[in-house]
Amino acid sequence: MSAASPKAALHTLRFLGGRIGGLLVTLLASSFVVFGALYLAPGSPITFLTHGRSMTPDAIAQINEQYHFDEPFLLQYVRWLGGILQGDFGRSILYKDSVGSLLGQRIGTTVALIALSALLVALIGLGIGIFSGLKPGIASSALMGVSTAAMAVPTFVAAVVLTLVFAVELGWFPVFGVGEGPVDMLYHLILPAFALALASIAFVARLSQAAIRQEITADHVQTAISRGFPYGVVVRRHVLRNASLPVLTVLGLTLAGMISGTVVVEQVFQLNGLGSLLVSSVQQKDFPVVQAICLVYVAAFIVLNTVIDLAYSVLDPRVSVGGGKS
Amino acid sequence: MSALLEVDGLSVELPVAGEYRTVLQDVSFSLDAGQTLGLVGESGSGKSMTVRSIAQLLPPGARTSGSITFDGASVLDLRGDALRKFRSRDVSMIFQDPRAHTNPVRRIGDFLTEAMRVNGRVPRREAERRAVELLAEVGIHDGERRLRQYPHELSGGLLQRVMIAASLAVKPRLILADEPTTALDVTTQSEVMAILARLQREYGMAMLFITHDLELAAAVCDETVVMYAGAMVEHQASSRLHTDPLHPYSAALMQARPEIERRVPRLPAIPGHPTSAFETPDGCAFAPRCRFAEDACRAALPAFERVGDGEYSRCRRAEELRGQLLVPAVVSHEEVVR
Ligand SMILES: Nc1ncnc2c1ncn2[C@@H]1O[C@H](COP(=O)(O)OP(=O)(O)OP(=O)(O)O)[C@@H](O)[C@H]1O
Ligand code: SF4
Ligand SMILES: [Mg+2]
Repeated sequence: MSAASPKAALHTLRFLGGRIGGLLVTLLASSFVVFGALYLAPGSPITFLTHGRSMTPDAIAQINEQYHFDEPFLLQYVRWLGGILQGDFGRSILYKDSVGSLLGQRIGTTVALIALSALLVALIGLGIGIFSGLKPGIASSALMGVSTAAMAVPTFVAAVVLTLVFAVELGWFPVFGVGEGPVDMLYHLILPAFALALASIAFVARLSQAAIRQEITADHVQTAISRGFPYGVVVRRHVLRNASLPVLTVLGLTLAGMISGTVVVEQVFQLNGLGSLLVSSVQQKDFPVVQAICLVYVAAFIVLNTVIDLAYSVLDPRVSVGGGKS
Repeated sequence: MSALLEVDGLSVELPVAGEYRTVLQDVSFSLDAGQTLGLVGESGSGKSMTVRSIAQLLPPGARTSGSITFDGASVLDLRGDALRKFRSRDVSMIFQDPRAHTNPVRRIGDFLTEAMRVNGRVPRREAERRAVELLAEVGIHDGERRLRQYPHELSGGLLQRVMIAASLAVKPRLILADEPTTALDVTTQSEVMAILARLQREYGMAMLFITHDLELAAAVCDETVVMYAGAMVEHQASSRLHTDPLHPYSAALMQARPEIERRVPRLPAIPGHPTSAFETPDGCAFAPRCRFAEDACRAALPAFERVGDGEYSRCRRAEELRGQLLVPAVVSHEEVVR
């Protein structure tokens, strides 16, 4: 269609601005929570740094000079946030290295793992959902039964079982590690990604099946059929298009589950991603690293949700872009 | 000349909780090109199922017997491409609730041009130009703007006009209008009705028009069929039905209609409850509510019989009671309400 009116364009801009503003406020609030939670957590990093031995006041003063543990909470927070805004996540207590570069070395694995899992969810989850939504029958019921069971499998159980069967018993996949080079990495990540994605695949399959079944009985689909459109046109333009909306709404939930699931999966498969770094940093009270990783996780989740939200308002014209209902 | 549409002995059973229930029983009528036929009856009497049978839009698992012939071809045997062609070229349906029957995430322009573009392979520009013309025909003159809007941005009345315009787009020979105005408010109702009736005449389309309202049917349709519990109980010219009904149910429908001038509050249509085909007693289905019922009425289902020229009734006392059906009953409706 031709260009939208200037008024509509203004509405869209204001809408986008609102969403991005909301995103920033949420990020700020969660950074506060992340920082505050660790501040309140039991155990002082100083005790860890000093290996529990008593230190000379001099030594403590030196540590404080670097990490500012003696300052009031709010000041520490502002200092930390200010650093992050300039791209400085602080220094790791354990590795004596900048947190930024530590994260930089690890984040690739985690992103690849999540991307591969998301791909599996899209291909397998949606594939099963669409098939069984459109073709009720024995195969469909069986797939839904399996999905219901798979949904209840915790990620660590899936990871252990998959390792035992496909890596240890059958030897089709490596047991752990990420290998070398992109192709090898992909090969190494297939099993972990599948373990991470399993519950989401099942969830998305069930959800899209239900959404399609529901949509296919909608009155407007009757209209399309009554107008003599070919089956493919009816399904594509009137069933799948509309059924994508309820699936999209819960995609955020699924992604959140996958992001937090990386911690478990990276542990089991010994992948050197953010998740395993998080676990070891928590164990060793490496506060700056823990804070930074938590913040990255939360930020990823918030950004993804905003993107999903925006996609939803593009796909569903009933969600008024200008704000309230029109 | 043979009829455009001929429905003969149509019976339909639908599965409900594993059991088949009769929803239509031996429905027969015919419709010539350009002619209009009204289907009137209370909720659940099988009007929608009748038109859905014609477009083969019955719920899954439906069992059908009898025959439906359109222009010489057996509609119930149409499959695949032939069925799609029939639906896309020959018949067009207008539904009661235009909002539920238009895809909420597609634009009005999409809705109007989709049939032309998918079935007729008309290029988009051409289809859009034609859509604007069609909108003008149903009294929407800012068509260009409307094409870009979504269904939720239009009122029910406007949307129903869009629905009518969309069904004109393919120039069908038969329009199946299932209570096209029931969901609209009163003033919009008459506007939409006027547009539909005018276009039906101008385009020379035959129309099967469903309504609860006998007088509306009389105003719009050449002939009217009254249905009760899945069966036809009366069929005659609309003009005569109005003054000379041949079945106690038709008469009761007429009397139950509140007269607008007298501002009588809406009365319960007819004392008693409408029944569906599957729960009807033996004998005359209307007997439990009929003030003329006799023991003999409950013994066997009365036949659908010719009473006069082009006049049919399923009342065994039709001839005997002719002319007396509209005489007010001893118990007036006001007393029934109390
Ligand atoms: N999907 C279905 N499955 C089973 N029975 C149905 C189904 N749809 C309708 N029926 C039954 O079929 C009968 C006829 O319904 P129909 O929709 O034709 O009535 P109607 O005359 O159009 O009523 P209304 O004025 O309410 O639209 C009713 O008894 C109804 O309960
Ligand atoms: S057959 Fe008997 S019960 Fe049925 S409508 Fe006629 S008079 Fe009434
Ligand atoms: Mg109906």
